[in-house]
Amino acid sequence: MRCQQCDKQAMFHITELETGDVREIHLCEDHARVYLNQAEANGEAAEGGSSSGALGVGQTAEELSELDQKVCDMCGITFFEFRNQGRLGCPHDYVQFEQELEPLIANIHGAVEHVGKRPQRAAPAPGAEPLPTATESLTSVIGLRKAIREAIEHEDYEQAGTLRDEIQQRLDAWRAAAEPARKVSPEQPGTAAGESG
Amino acid sequence: MKLDALTTSNGEWLRGTGPEADIVMSSRVRLARNLAQYPFVGRATEQERTEVEQFLHSRLTQVPVGGKLEYLDLGELEELDRQFLVERQLISREHAEAVGARAVAIDAQEQVSLMINEEDHLRIQCMHSGLDLHAVWDQVSAVDDEIESVVPYAFHDRWGYLTACPTNVGTGIRVSVMLHLPALVITRQIDKVFRSLHKISLAVRGLYGEGSQAFGDFYQISNQTTLGRTEQDLISQVADVVPVLIDYERRARDFLLQETEQNVHDQVSRAYGILRTAQTISAEETMQLLSRVRMGVLLGLIDDIDVAGINQLLVRTQPAHLQKLRGVELETKDRNIERARYLRQYFESKAADVN
Ligand SMILES: [Zn+2]
Ligand SMILES: [Zn+2]
Repeated sequence: MRCQQCDKQAMFHITELETGDVREIHLCEDHARVYLNQAEANGEAAEGGSSSGALGVGQTAEELSELDQKVCDMCGITFFEFRNQGRLGCPHDYVQFEQELEPLIANIHGAVEHVGKRPQRAAPAPGAEPLPTATESLTSVIGLRKAIREAIEHEDYEQAGTLRDEIQQRLDAWRAAAEPARKVSPEQPGTAAGESG
Repeated sequence: MKLDALTTSNGEWLRGTGPEADIVMSSRVRLARNLAQYPFVGRATEQERTEVEQFLHSRLTQVPVGGKLEYLDLGELEELDRQFLVERQLISREHAEAVGARAVAIDAQEQVSLMINEEDHLRIQCMHSGLDLHAVWDQVSAVDDEIESVVPYAFHDRWGYLTACPTNVGTGIRVSVMLHLPALVITRQIDKVFRSLHKISLAVRGLYGEGSQAFGDFYQISNQTTLGRTEQDLISQVADVVPVLIDYERRARDFLLQETEQNVHDQVSRAYGILRTAQTISAEETMQLLSRVRMGVLLGLIDDIDVAGINQLLVRTQPAHLQKLRGVELETKDRNIERARYLRQYFESKAADVN
């Protein structure tokens, strides 16, 4: 049996007893954890009257449906789609939905701040400009690629070309900035850009 | 192709060497990573998935990741070969069954496996035989550094490494050890152990089958959270509990020997008897019986075969391995007959060796 929220195998089969109604829920391990965490936080909130905790707690149906309609500027996923699938659409979602994700992430991990390993490009060579570790400038390329598809749909090939150049510039800028930070310099500088237009 | 060479080797996770190998089958760490410039796999277009695969393929050949990598395009492989890689624990079941551009790169030792376009763009896995988590971490982290020097990982100052599922965000790390705990199962202490592990937020799952129903008494312990603690911390969380579990299992084995030796000797001998004489046998039953025999060998109740041999059988009697060894695709029914024949031949040749 498949998980109801993704296509992994369902490992948890939960029976929910709601007033006069029995509901079967089949979830994979990850989704079961999210689900159970939410259920627990909902229960706690109901008992303690606190509005913190899981997503949806203390929010009216109206607020929830408004929230569900939030859209990622880059990949176009709605918060509703994310809640249904349990998978985010792109790295930018963590920025766009930061406020909405925070209680959910706090529930899953009991923390809201990364403290582990960071990309080494955070530590630049002596004298070099520090590179931002966050990758937002590159993530914006996702939106541009979507815009290209839309331009082509409208047969606006000029616009598509302009956008393609823009993507290339951003990727080149990243590579130019990243390369001095590399421990070993590449044998052939400027090999495969990785963007096959 | 390289897959055929793998058929006759044993794979890392059942090599049966390394510290505490009588109980700890393997230690594994995997890191979830994504490219900043593409949507996550589940939302990427076919074109984007193909680009991700090509981009990572070209980059992975630029970095010296533990020697030469064998790069396998999963879409081009037969289903049997993908299943084989799953049994080998070099790719996940989901990765095998998915559609679209996806691949895996494996090092010659079968310790490192780089899964491309699984749930995340890249999953870096490293696995050693026995209890060896800290060495595994050093290796997987070094591979991660190498790749990071040529690949723009999606990273956020606050959230860390960004993953398709929020359950993996932050470190993106999953630390797991595979344990063989037959005595805890027989003495019915296993559920109690699991409950205590859940309390310290560690996950337990059986090697095969659904839920906590594990065939062959093999269990995997892993961390559940990935954010807010360092990788070292999360590794210690798992590593610290393993000696305790080893101790429990050893005590349970001692108990079985001291208090119920006749009983346990009987169980083990019967299991051994079935494996040597069965005419048809499923993969599940084989694993169950091999588990008992493995324990019998470790308890000194069986002395004409060794643990290495049992480990080898645990791999080779799995469906895809069996079919590849025999060089034919077989239906379940024929597989069960072939499996029984394989087992009988193995034990007969062992007996001939001894004489
Ligand atoms: Zn799921
Ligand atoms: Zn997005």
